[in-house]
Amino acid sequence: MSKARLMQGNEACAEGAIAAGVNFFAGYPITPSTEIAETMAKLLPKTGGKFVQMEDEIASMGAILGASLAGAKAMDATSGPGFSLKQELIGYAACAEIPCVLVDVQRVGPSTGQPTAPSQADVMQARWGTHGDHPIIALAPWSVRETYDVTVMAVNYAERFRTPVILLMDEVVGHLREKVVLPDHVDVYPRRQPKKTRAEGYEPFTPDEDLVPNVADFGKGYHIHVTGLIHDDTGFPVGSPAITEQSIRRLHEKIDRAGEEIIHTECSFMDDAEYAVVAFGGTARTAYEAVRAARARGEKVGLVRLITIWPFADKAIAALAQKVKGILVAEMNYGQVVGEVRRAAAGACPVELCGKYNMQAFEPQEIETAIDQFIAGLK
Amino acid sequence: MRKQLRFSGSGGQGVITAAIIFAEAAVAEGKEAVQSQSYGPEARGGASKAEVIIDDAPIYHPHVEVPDLVLAMTQKAADKYYKDLNPDGLLVLDEELVPEVPDFPHVVRVPITKLAIEEVGRPLFANIVALGALVHLTGLVSFDTIKASVAHRVPPHTVEQNMKALQVGWDAVEGK
Repeated sequence: MSKARLMQGNEACAEGAIAAGVNFFAGYPITPSTEIAETMAKLLPKTGGKFVQMEDEIASMGAILGASLAGAKAMDATSGPGFSLKQELIGYAACAEIPCVLVDVQRVGPSTGQPTAPSQADVMQARWGTHGDHPIIALAPWSVRETYDVTVMAVNYAERFRTPVILLMDEVVGHLREKVVLPDHVDVYPRRQPKKTRAEGYEPFTPDEDLVPNVADFGKGYHIHVTGLIHDDTGFPVGSPAITEQSIRRLHEKIDRAGEEIIHTECSFMDDAEYAVVAFGGTARTAYEAVRAARARGEKVGLVRLITIWPFADKAIAALAQKVKGILVAEMNYGQVVGEVRRAAAGACPVELCGKYNMQAFEPQEIETAIDQFIAGLK
Repeated sequence: MRKQLRFSGSGGQGVITAAIIFAEAAVAEGKEAVQSQSYGPEARGGASKAEVIIDDAPIYHPHVEVPDLVLAMTQKAADKYYKDLNPDGLLVLDEELVPEVPDFPHVVRVPITKLAIEEVGRPLFANIVALGALVHLTGLVSFDTIKASVAHRVPPHTVEQNMKALQVGWDAVEGK
């Protein structure tokens, strides 16, 4: 293990990306994500990678897609306003199956909102910001150390599934500095390679056994055509209802099939819990303190922390709803994850929101009070 | 043993940098530490606040709830942040920039910015003067550790002046 050091969440994101093999970063600075670009600008030239500050957010997203198609592991980082601008190209990456990681360090919106203040209100933008039927993977770390690990995971999932992955950070974790000890080694998923030559009849978008195509990188001797139109295995557009249905289904199934393997949650104080708080990202740290304090007073409450936000932890929440008498969802927004928890709980127990959207992160006392009121209301 | 510190002033005074260096020193001594900040959209002049929590146990909620120490480098910051101080805590004020001393039992006034100008040569060393004073007042990290942390963080050609700033701050609170 390396030495303990004080590191910022945004720095850990950049360090994790490089450890996972990211060698191309294009971005346009925006608070509270800018330190990711700054760190990348410092580190990438030293590791043989490329950093490009683009003219705007849309161009940055375009640049990472181009770089990825040319064989680079590519990342971009932004915040809410930039995330909105990039949505069209996120859809392009989903349709054309281009591996990439986009970090969204969330801040208060809509629009320019409160540029330096924390929020977790881009949960649904991560899921549905780009149009059309598409799956998405979104991950939310709660600590600086976990930001490093989850960034590695994001890069690996992008490569494994050839899909855009959203690293859904928040200002609390992005700007937090804390003590970390980074691992000496991480497992890295390599770029998928063609298994056939052109002479053997290689077609770039033929799905492998895991339903993911082994699209050759540009410049490796293959003829590749990439389009945001629905295409067949050759990569060229087709107007066929059968292929359209098959393509959209396969895009979903390649990720659905991985199932629980990519849906990460963490339980604290849950063994004999009768009530649960569900939280993610920076809010989960405060929820942890609140739950611990309520426990100390004898309340049988626990914490379920979502690390994977999308695909949603349907099974874990359904099982939780069968086990507990009620679920309280703490999130820094007007209510986004709470709707998903209600859907997954399917009426098995009451689900309530503890939301906050006034520029300020939660304080433990606020969540503790909400826990008390929630439990009192159910008794 | 949890200690919660708040560094406040206006953007450009270096309070965030001072907080980062303090937290780095704590980590260098093997303690758990988190550092966070809040500031307005302005690069200079807006309100600026940085927080450090030091503990032996893991720290979850990352923001200060009841500060044990508040450093205020402007009147506005002093007026705003002394109120939720731990009653046994310490309020450290820039003597020149905070002329109206809040009604709090434990106040240490240090001419931080004046010392930076007169003893070190430039007002931008005020945050390091403050750091020297805070390390002396709290005893949370050793003077040698903070010297190493400052030297690690500042531009190489300014190390000598920053070491002087630390010493000036340390000396200014001798016996306080």
